[in-house]
Amino acid sequence: MIMKTNQQSRRNFLISSGLGTAGLLLTFSIPTACSRKLGGSREIQDFNAYLGIGKDGTVRVILSHVEMGQGIWTTLPMLIAEELDCDWKKIIVTHAPPGEPYIHTSYGVQMTGSSSSTYSEFDRYRMAGATARAMLISAAATRLGIDPSNCTTDSGHVLAGDRKIVYGELVEDAGKLTAPEQVSLKDPKDWKYIGTSMKRLDGKVKINGQAEYGLDKDLPGLQIAVVAHPPFFGAKVISYDATECLSINGVSQVVQIPTGLAVLATNFWSAKKGRDVLQVEWDLPVNSVTTTTQFEAYRNLAKSKGIVTQESGNVSEGLATSNTKLEMEYCLPYLAHACMEPMNCTIDFDGQQAEIWAGVQMPMEDRKKASEVLGIPEGQIQLHTLFMGGAFGRRTTFDSDFVVEAAHIAKTVRKPIKLVWTREDDMRAGYYRAAFLHDVKVGLDKNGHPQAWQHRVVGQSIHEQGTPFSAFVKNGIDGTSVEGARNSRYLDHTPHISIELHSTKNEVPVLWWRSVGHSHIAFAMESAIDELAHAAGKDPVAYRRELLDSKRHLATLNLAAEKSGWGKRLPDGHYQGIAVHESFRSYVAHVVEVSLENGKPKVQKVTCAIDCGLAVNPDGVKAQMEGGIIFGLSAALYGEITMDNGSAVQSNFHDYQMVRMSDAPKIEVFIVDSEEQMGGAGEPCVPPVAPALTNAIFAATGTRIRTLPVMTHLIL
Amino acid sequence: MKLTVNNKSYDLDVDPDMPLLWALRDVLKLTGTKYGCGIAQCGACTVHLDGNPIRSCVTPVQAIGEAKITTIEGLSENTDHPVQQAWLEVDVPQCGYCQSGQIMTAAALLEKNPHPDDAAIDAAMSGNICRCGTYERIRKAIHMAGQPLNKDV
Ligand code: FES
Ligand code: FES
Repeated sequence: MIMKTNQQSRRNFLISSGLGTAGLLLTFSIPTACSRKLGGSREIQDFNAYLGIGKDGTVRVILSHVEMGQGIWTTLPMLIAEELDCDWKKIIVTHAPPGEPYIHTSYGVQMTGSSSSTYSEFDRYRMAGATARAMLISAAATRLGIDPSNCTTDSGHVLAGDRKIVYGELVEDAGKLTAPEQVSLKDPKDWKYIGTSMKRLDGKVKINGQAEYGLDKDLPGLQIAVVAHPPFFGAKVISYDATECLSINGVSQVVQIPTGLAVLATNFWSAKKGRDVLQVEWDLPVNSVTTTTQFEAYRNLAKSKGIVTQESGNVSEGLATSNTKLEMEYCLPYLAHACMEPMNCTIDFDGQQAEIWAGVQMPMEDRKKASEVLGIPEGQIQLHTLFMGGAFGRRTTFDSDFVVEAAHIAKTVRKPIKLVWTREDDMRAGYYRAAFLHDVKVGLDKNGHPQAWQHRVVGQSIHEQGTPFSAFVKNGIDGTSVEGARNSRYLDHTPHISIELHSTKNEVPVLWWRSVGHSHIAFAMESAIDELAHAAGKDPVAYRRELLDSKRHLATLNLAAEKSGWGKRLPDGHYQGIAVHESFRSYVAHVVEVSLENGKPKVQKVTCAIDCGLAVNPDGVKAQMEGGIIFGLSAALYGEITMDNGSAVQSNFHDYQMVRMSDAPKIEVFIVDSEEQMGGAGEPCVPPVAPALTNAIFAATGTRIRTLPVMTHLIL
Repeated sequence: MKLTVNNKSYDLDVDPDMPLLWALRDVLKLTGTKYGCGIAQCGACTVHLDGNPIRSCVTPVQAIGEAKITTIEGLSENTDHPVQQAWLEVDVPQCGYCQSGQIMTAAALLEKNPHPDDAAIDAAMSGNICRCGTYERIRKAIHMAGQPLNKDV
């Protein structure tokens, strides 16, 4: 296989990710280091854009993807260490600056998302390690006057017979060499790190307070900015009176920016106190989205045919001639990302140059947006990505909302500023998972299998909001609105299918939220399949087996069923529900076990099986499953942002609740031993959680919950 | 205003109603203690006040008086408090943002109850939200920290 890292072939990287490349001689030119030197006092020789080695043997890995909790700070270094054959303890890690070499191998922008970091970098980072190793060997061979083929490596040393040279000693010579154009990668049977659970390299700094998040950034003379945002989406400032605000101890000034009024002070508390007494008159809301009427409108829309996204046979006929007909409506609310660390951004701008510190998933795009506001070229802006207290899609916005807001403040103030959103700002500022209604009509044949499936999806499109990703919208279809329903493997043998979409529009900004469209589609699909199983009088696992041909769906379904003791005797009062869903190239099945306490479900246990192909860091994959299950349960049990006349009702964790320790079930995760195409781990665990839960509640009570969240229902 | 934090005393010139959280973060530059909600709902800001876990986001500095504050930075010299060791062993953190608060709450629990059962862990830890969902590992790490540590692990 020949690969080049030019613009055109970048997209092809993805395809090569897998085991097929191992052992072959690969032609590859790894981009050289960015001209801007990364900080740090150690003398480190850059070998390429992804890796440098110090004379003391330190190996610096430069991450093209950002660490948001998903563990890429550890997984990408594993890929490099595997091929570089370095000492794992000598690795240090840093986020990449914005730069061409760090552009996503398949998406064409520098970004972290779609659960793609590991598989999209599987070749690039291994090759970065392999080329550096070849250069070190070459330098050692020259020094020893032998042929490179007589050299091997081991944990940061080049070995030749009984001679042994540490990498650090070779760095200077090796750094002068041209990177080889051809390298071979290890045979998987020789892997030392890949496929072995490695502890997180960011573990220690995250338990002693040393990890620096965006919110922790400090600079001499830093002013904290707290912004009075519009109370309704789309509202603007008409007038304001800052007299009282400016009298607060520590408050220095109030500046008007497009998104509201920024109060600046020496510390957060003063800035917030200032904002509390700021008198602002806002114009009236330009829209009036109210949750109850919104769902009524969606329900009405679902009565008519939408844009057809998948069609076969004649669905009306198929429904009319079916043995049994089922009609189901599923409703899902807006959801906030609610990252533990509220949005923030620090900027130091002197009129000519700027430095930005933030936790962002698209650093290059954010720098571009900041440069437009500051009126200076991108090259005069340094952007530093810090650790993120969660992201879940929230830090990948089309308009770089919080970075741009900080830039407007910095432009006026020309002093180092840190924009800090309160939890309330964060929760009420929008960019939610959109509210959706699914209208599903299914006709069963005499075997109880679906012969007709009409599915109308109603909700806002993420990509139609005028985004750089609007190319995702084809013929009026935003693929993410129907992903997981369109071409569902459950319908492989269904002759009459119509999967339709009504994309709605309003002022509430919506965004990808951990698992994007799958977060609502899987609820509709897996609830519906469960309803069909019961209508057909069949066991939900057996019924799924009857419908599914897909090997990987079946592997996870069967593993989760087996490990959870499906169909076996459970503790008294415990009931199980199952769901399986494919997303982001991985397959996940969950069995949720519930009991009832005071008319409410208590989740006792979740058994999870995942097939993500090769699991590079198995314990990291498990951690993502555990976390994704809790994330999914929080949404299914409690998650709901309701709109009242264009304004979000919920504001903080007292009314937007999360699963806490006392609700947290026991979780068991099993990874399918798989040689299939590699997939993601961060998101695929979320979609099957909600339906497995409501399916379990049905098993326990006979009550079918079709509207989330669960806790708004009393179940008896 | 005088404040004793991690065995050091400070003289602060701040509004008496300023919550301890912001005095720590913005004035003393001890940023290991995190802001998550500001209304005692998430536990990210947990510190010890004479050994008891408190929510620093709702504790005005004027209410502290002579009491001694310990933050995550002062929990151990070398990141080797038994709770921290267990956290590393189980590889608890994901984004890590909530973990200072989780660790401070867990350390206070173990001080009072060296071998907490699951119910005791639920009771002590339910004020601390982890959005990344690391509860399974937190529970495991607390049980582990409650045991004498096996030096070989
Ligand atoms: S920040 Fe204090 S409890 Fe949330
Ligand atoms: S580790 Fe991210 S919030 Fe707990």
